[in-house]
Amino acid sequence: MRVFHLKINGDSVDVAAPEHYSLLEVLRYELGLTGSKQGCDKGDCGACTVQIDGAPMLACLVLPSLVEGKSITTIEGLAVQHCMNGGEGASVLQNAFDEAGALQCGFCQPGMIMSAQALLEHNDSPNRDDIKQALSGNLCRCTGYTQIYTAVEAAAENRGDHGSA
Amino acid sequence: MAARDQHGPGAPWGDDFKVIGKPNRKVDALAKATGEAIYTDDITLPNMLHAKTLRSPHAHAKIISIDTSKAEALEGVHAVLVGSELPIKYGVIPWTPDENVLATDKVRFIGDEVAAVAAVDEDTAIDACELIEVEYELLETIATAEQALVTPEPPIHDDRKKRNNISKHVELEFGDVDAQLAEADLVVENDYYFHSTTHAAIEPHCAVATFGNDGRLTLWSATQITHYVHRALSRVLEMDPAKIRVIQPDVGGGFGGKSDPFALEFITAMLSKKSGRPVKMLWTREEVFYAHRGRHAMQMHYRTTAKSDGTITGVDAKLLIDGGSYSSFGLVTTYYSGQLLTGPYSFPNYRFDSTRVFTNRPPSGPKRGHGSVQPRFAFEVQLDEIATKLDIDPIEIRRKNFVGEHTTTVNDQRITSNGFLECLDAVEEASSWKDKHSKMTFGKGIGIAGSMYISGTNYPVYPNKMPQAGVQIKVDRSGLVTVFTGGNDIGQGSNSMVAYCVAEEMGILPDSIKVVAADTDLCPVDLGAYSSRVTFMVGNAAIDGARKMRNKIVEAVSEHWQIEKESVRIIEGTVYNLDDDKKTLSQREAFHITEEKFDTLGSTGSYNTPTLGGDYRGGTIGTSPAYSFTSHVAEVEVDIETGEIIVNTIWVAHDCGRAINPILVRGQIEGSTYMGAAEVSLENHDMNRFSLHAGPSLLDYRIPTTLDTAEIEAIIVESIDPEGPYGAKEAGEGPLHSAIPAVANAIYDAVGIRLRELPFTPAKVLAALNEKKEGVHNA
Repeated sequence: MRVFHLKINGDSVDVAAPEHYSLLEVLRYELGLTGSKQGCDKGDCGACTVQIDGAPMLACLVLPSLVEGKSITTIEGLAVQHCMNGGEGASVLQNAFDEAGALQCGFCQPGMIMSAQALLEHNDSPNRDDIKQALSGNLCRCTGYTQIYTAVEAAAENRGDHGSA
Repeated sequence: MAARDQHGPGAPWGDDFKVIGKPNRKVDALAKATGEAIYTDDITLPNMLHAKTLRSPHAHAKIISIDTSKAEALEGVHAVLVGSELPIKYGVIPWTPDENVLATDKVRFIGDEVAAVAAVDEDTAIDACELIEVEYELLETIATAEQALVTPEPPIHDDRKKRNNISKHVELEFGDVDAQLAEADLVVENDYYFHSTTHAAIEPHCAVATFGNDGRLTLWSATQITHYVHRALSRVLEMDPAKIRVIQPDVGGGFGGKSDPFALEFITAMLSKKSGRPVKMLWTREEVFYAHRGRHAMQMHYRTTAKSDGTITGVDAKLLIDGGSYSSFGLVTTYYSGQLLTGPYSFPNYRFDSTRVFTNRPPSGPKRGHGSVQPRFAFEVQLDEIATKLDIDPIEIRRKNFVGEHTTTVNDQRITSNGFLECLDAVEEASSWKDKHSKMTFGKGIGIAGSMYISGTNYPVYPNKMPQAGVQIKVDRSGLVTVFTGGNDIGQGSNSMVAYCVAEEMGILPDSIKVVAADTDLCPVDLGAYSSRVTFMVGNAAIDGARKMRNKIVEAVSEHWQIEKESVRIIEGTVYNLDDDKKTLSQREAFHITEEKFDTLGSTGSYNTPTLGGDYRGGTIGTSPAYSFTSHVAEVEVDIETGEIIVNTIWVAHDCGRAINPILVRGQIEGSTYMGAAEVSLENHDMNRFSLHAGPSLLDYRIPTTLDTAEIEAIIVESIDPEGPYGAKEAGEGPLHSAIPAVANAIYDAVGIRLRELPFTPAKVLAALNEKKEGVHNA
């Protein structure tokens, strides 16, 4: 066991976990942040995508010791961030996923949304190809992706005055 | 019993639909988008242990001995389980129980389950599994279907009456196929092959079990079939089913891959009983690939006879089906492989001879479009060959042979609504077919195919006269309506569908409805999410229950206002007096008035299928209260240097009866089409000659990424079925089928090669192009 000093969704957290645990295991099984999903545990599916200093990363391939001191955002943190930016409830992007029908089983979507949100952070009006590239590491087995593209495009268009998606 | 008896497929209040057909939000989507939704592996119980399974490294072997003593002695291990402790066999089809929770006498595929351990954590459980000593005596591996057919010894299941490796054989003939041969203007005869593919839902299977001190078992499982898991647990654990509670949390995709009872459900239950602590088992992705139950590989021989004007006169089919190591749904698969081909076209003479065999491969089962995707591929390619030979437009030949609506197929299946012609029209126009077919430059092409599928099956997995679907509705003084349904929402949106139907029927908003689903202690039985049955059956049950409740409310309010019942209208949660527009009540006030009159408020609703099917053995298998219809047009490019096939666009029109929510229907059509197209050249559930999986990971088993997926244009066709809930039929499986032959037929249009063996790898494409160049190819 080892104690990791992590900054997750704005909070400083000290958590004890077996040294070989991935960040995903620490989030899910030690901290109860079960929004990040495990689909393969080897970096193939993208369901565990979180943001580390704003960049999308696969939590199942990240050792927590390597991200101490960095800012980790999980799907649970998006709504928090949205509220801190003056929004209310779920983020614009999360609502857009709902409205577009982009969520069927929902299992890939926390990862998908984290990748999409990272895209929108640095691209004001992504085109279809930008979106496809940004989401190409996130496998979805339900939708055929089209409604996901629609959701991301709608979020880009509808983001609030503060620019947050 | 069914809703159709009351008001047919129209709006319940006699005017426009308020909820049905509108792009309402899903009841659970925001919870999923924010990470709040709870899937099975998100559940952690106090004091919970973790379990792992020891699996067979051999494809076929007898078990001579198992020694678990070292595993039991390992610190942190709380319970070890072997097959002899649970000797009762099970299987989803009651006539073919051939599975043990853990192997008792032999193993039948690499990955077959042998022993299980519950320990303080997964690492300890894995270490303990490695300490279990198993002595095997190897048996001959039956690696292929052809080998199984001619190799009765050793039988993979040696406790059956006949000593052979035949799982099921069905031969049925309607009309006289041979008589057509002499008269036919054209006979086309070829072999086709459909490889095995798997579901690859992103959520791996997971179960959590706990035995209370009162002897009651609670199991949470990522299943599509809560009710059948409940029954199987009772049988294998020899427990009173009233002491077993099965709960399906949110499920991360199924596609048929979670519609058998699986070993982990029994293992966690038994390990919890033995250890006195809750137990969780989460499968690795590799374990999910070996558990499989995916699409059966089929070798198919088709001979179709036709008149020179394109009229099909007879179809003769012979199929060899690789069942893998267990029966699973195989009895049904074998029937479906023949029974579901008899629409959307009419043919007066039809014979099929289907044989499912056992091999030492992971068990095959139902994958989206169960049993009918493979023959549909073969037949639609053959139909294209006929069109080519007769120089008829491939869309025209399909129109010409249209079976019609409100009719009966050659095998006595009743067809009600049928929007297939509208589907053909829609994809023809959307794809600019007339400008493109046989007119594009070499290397580019366009192809069409059609299909039909069931909206649920008339034949429940175990025969009984009780309803196939039931709901209970509770009306609360707060204004909330809670609907309890056994239906399994696996992402397709069945809970939302229930909310929409109840809202429409009661005249309230979906937002004032809560759906409680798939908990055997709380909800009335529904048979589960398979065979595209949920919208049709649970939808009708929901309407039935909601209408009974509405009638009570209308009666109480009409008495309260002293007006005729016909003068009471409930619109979007407000009750109106049509005789006096100043009088209104809120939904909550109306509920109070109704409760004063009728006492505590509740109602039930149910649905059962009408009696259908031919008067012959197997005549009910493949019958459905309604069939959906689909047509796909695919536009492809073939790289003649590399052999790569690029599918650029797929237009798909699907007749779903009525779209209860067009956004969700479109999602089903697009998702089905994507999944079908992926089976053409990307996905292959392949085993090597030792029956070892070629690549049990989501990297090697290539499910499409955003960059691999064609543009998909979905078109909804609404034929308004007379018996469906508000006229709805299925949308979740039908729109997969014809995607695959549409691509195959587009490849022919592009480069003139007729590919008949899936998957279409670059090597096969190049070989066929080469043959064509040398003039060997027979197309």
